[in-house]
Amino acid sequence: MENLGALALLLGLCLSVYTILAALAGKWKQKPYLAASAERGVAAVWALVTAASAALLYHLFTDDYRVSFVASHSNRDMPWGYKLAAWWGGQEGSLLFWLWILSTYCFVAVWAYRRKHRDMMGYVIAILMTIQAFYLLLVVVPASPFQMVSSGGQVTAMPDGRGLNPLLQHPMMRIHPPFLYLGYVGFSVPFAFAMASLITRQKGDQWIATTRIWTMVTWLFQTCGVMLGGRWAYAVLGWGGYWGWDPVENASLLPWITATAFLHSVMMQEKKGMMKVWNVVLVAATFFLCIFGTFLTRSGVVSSVHAFAQSPIGKYFVTFIAIGLAGTIYLILDRLDYLKSENQLESVISRESSFLFNNLILLASCFSILWGTLFPVISEWVTGEKITVGAPFFNKVNIPIGLFLLFLTGVGPLFAWRRTSLESLKRNFLWPSMAALALGVGLAAFRIWNFYVLMSFMLCLFVALTILQEFYKGARAIQGKQGGTLVGCAVELSHRNTRRYGGYIVHMGMVLMFIGFTGQAFTKEAMEEMQVGQTLQVGHYGFRLADLKKANSPNYHSATVTIEVNRDGQPFATMHPEQRFYHASQQPTSTVAIEAQMKEDVYVVYAGNSNDGQKPVIQVFINPLVNFVWLGTFVVVFGTLVALAPSKVKMVWPRTQVVGTTGATGRGGDWATEAKQADEGMRR
Amino acid sequence: MRQYWKFGAITVVVLATLGWLAVAGINESKTYYITITELQAMNQKALERRLRVAGDVEPGTIVRSAARVEFVLKQEGLRQKVVYTGREPLPDTFKDNAQALADGTLRHDGVFEAKKIQAKCASKYEAKPGAEPANQTAAPRTS
Repeated sequence: MENLGALALLLGLCLSVYTILAALAGKWKQKPYLAASAERGVAAVWALVTAASAALLYHLFTDDYRVSFVASHSNRDMPWGYKLAAWWGGQEGSLLFWLWILSTYCFVAVWAYRRKHRDMMGYVIAILMTIQAFYLLLVVVPASPFQMVSSGGQVTAMPDGRGLNPLLQHPMMRIHPPFLYLGYVGFSVPFAFAMASLITRQKGDQWIATTRIWTMVTWLFQTCGVMLGGRWAYAVLGWGGYWGWDPVENASLLPWITATAFLHSVMMQEKKGMMKVWNVVLVAATFFLCIFGTFLTRSGVVSSVHAFAQSPIGKYFVTFIAIGLAGTIYLILDRLDYLKSENQLESVISRESSFLFNNLILLASCFSILWGTLFPVISEWVTGEKITVGAPFFNKVNIPIGLFLLFLTGVGPLFAWRRTSLESLKRNFLWPSMAALALGVGLAAFRIWNFYVLMSFMLCLFVALTILQEFYKGARAIQGKQGGTLVGCAVELSHRNTRRYGGYIVHMGMVLMFIGFTGQAFTKEAMEEMQVGQTLQVGHYGFRLADLKKANSPNYHSATVTIEVNRDGQPFATMHPEQRFYHASQQPTSTVAIEAQMKEDVYVVYAGNSNDGQKPVIQVFINPLVNFVWLGTFVVVFGTLVALAPSKVKMVWPRTQVVGTTGATGRGGDWATEAKQADEGMRR
Repeated sequence: MRQYWKFGAITVVVLATLGWLAVAGINESKTYYITITELQAMNQKALERRLRVAGDVEPGTIVRSAARVEFVLKQEGLRQKVVYTGREPLPDTFKDNAQALADGTLRHDGVFEAKKIQAKCASKYEAKPGAEPANQTAAPRTS
């Protein structure tokens, strides 16, 4: 089996090179049979990569410890779900997994779009295949998953595997990496289309229309991946938080930020024909940040609390990124003429400028995170001293950025295109801002003085109200014409323009997440060596150590404490944090106990034992509002799905007809007034 | 054209503010990576800076008590006494022979006072868990 797997990968590499050549030759020489052959090459490479993946899975499930990857990432006692997760639980396997997803995406994209975009398909295939060839090269030469365990020149089998790292033996581990990979890899497709459209000198922006859904789905996966990572860290790592600005976390956030910027600025291109260069740059940046993230997590360039795999594949990545970037930059500069803007910026208070600021600030955030992550490398080059920056740096820059973005989330969608009149500002924002101010005063009265906390809560309310107001106004307009309940009308409204109202729901999800982020300012924690019977008081909660038990299972042995929690003296919960010691990997881990409530999580960790080994060390966190982060994520996912659903009313936006309006749909009456105001504005 | 000036001005203000915050953030949290050799060769300068020292935990030197944990870091034959006074529990991977990163400052008596410890398992196998972004944590964070 292992030979078959390795052979499939080798064949895949050869075939991918052939496919690149066939696609290009088919294009240049106008030979349809070569073009068709390239399309079939895509399918064949997919089949080979799938076969290799199946071979690896076969080894994992049959406990074949002659294969070194299986021996170091799986063991006999692991449940089958984790044996599957071992596929992406280690370097070589995860590269293969990445490759398999890329190959699947490529196959789907080519077969779905081959008729619609015949003119650029050759280049799309060539670009996607080049990326695949690169990953195939990686799994054939430096990081083969089918490496055998050998001793003295003989292939030998290990008696048992080392098992998946215990921290990764968590249900989240089965879904978090696949989601993140689906996100990471998916951005290759819009990138390939963008580049192909540049190469073929496409006048219009077809590639954007084609890849819009693709980009959104990919963005959705990436969002889920990042948030599942946070959730996993929160539930498993036992440090009470979900985000620590670690290089590996940053690596997953960077492409998400540029993709978010792209999803916004793409509207400028669709509706106004502006920011064309910018969009190509964003798509390329997202793609390269994805590759860069993969590189960062595997090369050991930046040290991290995450145990990096030190491996020689770093230089492969550097070469690939350097060549790719050079090609992309050349292409963009050479084709600048085809990317001319069709419109000009007219006012600072307009939809256009809110998009520009949104992009500016997202990119600033992206840059600051990249800079902070690479600071040790940069400082070593410049000063010879390796200097690292920590969470305070990231927070200091990104908290204000986040708040500014939140502000834009509220005002941006309600600004009119081109320019916004004072009258419409007043109509849209008077009540939300009054309510936000009132909330600010109220919170200040309760002695919440922290500027960022106040701002954040006020902005959250402001944005939430502007969004609700939009739904309310639209729903009322429909109700006026058709009757029915307000909720029913809101659903009808969303159905008529899923993009717009789906987007609002996503924004609402972001508001909820910000509420959760802000809650962190009120975290309480305590740590104590405790004896059975002893009590620890944190805020309103008392923690009594009731019992300590030891147990054995085939996979690990464990020590569990029973903690009786009371709240203001009333019994509240019984919690069982645990410490496990995994036999296979000889590693201890703590299992966190969480008592989740909307208002605050009670989070208890069996952190370790005192020096004599007798007394458990118990650490307690009270995390207010943290569940809003997860709730917000669900809302974001739901909103994105709404936005992906087809609209009931097909909207055509001829560019010349977009007049200053805060929304032409669902608000029949406002259309005319807005247009009139815009006219008056122009005359002024 | 006037609009572009306005827009440019706002952009400059925003970026300047962020730049200022970034510089402040760097100064507040910058930590120097040094080896034990460098640490022991440093003079006055070492006392003022936040440092990060790496090494292996010498077996049998870990002494735990309620408020502090003492141990010795070893690197290329050099030994450095470290006392950990941070609030967070030490990572599960922190044990004899583990590779540890200590964040903190050098005291006048030559003991390194760590506020934060990160540790990786010293295993002769590749000590990596997943190779996927955002969750490769072998050691729980101690920040």
